[in-house]
Amino acid sequence: MSNHMKLEIPSKSQNEAFARIVVAAFAAQADPTIDEISDVKTAVSEAVTNAVIHGYENGPGTIVVSATLEGNRLEVTITDYGVGIADLEQAMTPLYTSKPELDRSGLGFTIMQNFMDEVRVESEPGKGTTVKMVKFFSRTGAAAEA
Amino acid sequence: MEVALLRAGSTLIVRMKGDLDHHAADKLRAGIDDKLKRGGIQAVLFDFGGVNFMDSSGVGMLLGRYKIMTEKGGKVLACSLNPRIMRIFTMAGLQKKIPVFSSREDALAGAEGGCRCQTT
Repeated sequence: MSNHMKLEIPSKSQNEAFARIVVAAFAAQADPTIDEISDVKTAVSEAVTNAVIHGYENGPGTIVVSATLEGNRLEVTITDYGVGIADLEQAMTPLYTSKPELDRSGLGFTIMQNFMDEVRVESEPGKGTTVKMVKFFSRTGAAAEA
Repeated sequence: MEVALLRAGSTLIVRMKGDLDHHAADKLRAGIDDKLKRGGIQAVLFDFGGVNFMDSSGVGMLLGRYKIMTEKGGKVLACSLNPRIMRIFTMAGLQKKIPVFSSREDALAGAEGGCRCQTT
C-alpha cells in the first residue's frame, strides 16, 4: 500500500491536537498497534509544538505536516518557516531548553527519538526547520489486538 | 481538556480529562498557579484518571509546579496513570520527584505522609 497526505495549518497551539489526530488517522491504514499509533501521535505533537513555540515563538506562521505510507513504513515531515535552530546538537541534547521560563522540559527531541525509528532534523537560522521521522509498523497489530 | 481544581484539606486536587499537551498545559498552569498564590496549599495532586495523552509539555508543566511547591516546603503527587503516561513519567524521570499512586485515595494518604506508591 502506498498513500500520501499533506496538511497546512496556522501556528496555533490548538492545532497541535488536530495535527497529531490527522496523522494518526492517516497511519491507521497500515494497521498499527495502539502503542505504535500512540508513539506517532506523541512524536508529531512534539514536533508541531516545537514549531509553534520555538519556530514561530508563539507568533503567526504556517506549519506543513505531510506523511507518506509505503507498506508498513510511515514517514512524517513537519516543516516551519520560522527562526530556525542555530545549534542543532545543543537543541537535541536531552533536558536542554532555550525557554526554561515557559516551563519547557527540554525532552521534545528525546521523545521523538525514543518513539520513532528514525529522526532527522534540518534547520537554517532565519529560514526554518524540517523534522523528518520514520516509523515502521509491525503489521500484525490489528490481528494481535483482535 | 476539562479540569476541576478541588480542595481536600491542604491538598489541591487537579482532576484532568482529555489530552495534556502544550495547549492544555498553558491553561492548566495559569489556573493552578492562581490557586497556589492564594496560599494554604501544602500539596498538589494531579489525578490522571481521565488523561489518555501527555507529551513533554505536560512534563514541563509538572516540573514547574514541583519547583514552586518544593520552594514552599510542599509536595506534588500524581495518581491513576495509564501505561502510556507512566512511560513518559519514566522517560523524564518524574517519579524521582513526584510520587505516583494507583488511586486518588492512596495519593491523599500519601499527601499526609503515607506511601502506597504505584510501581508499574
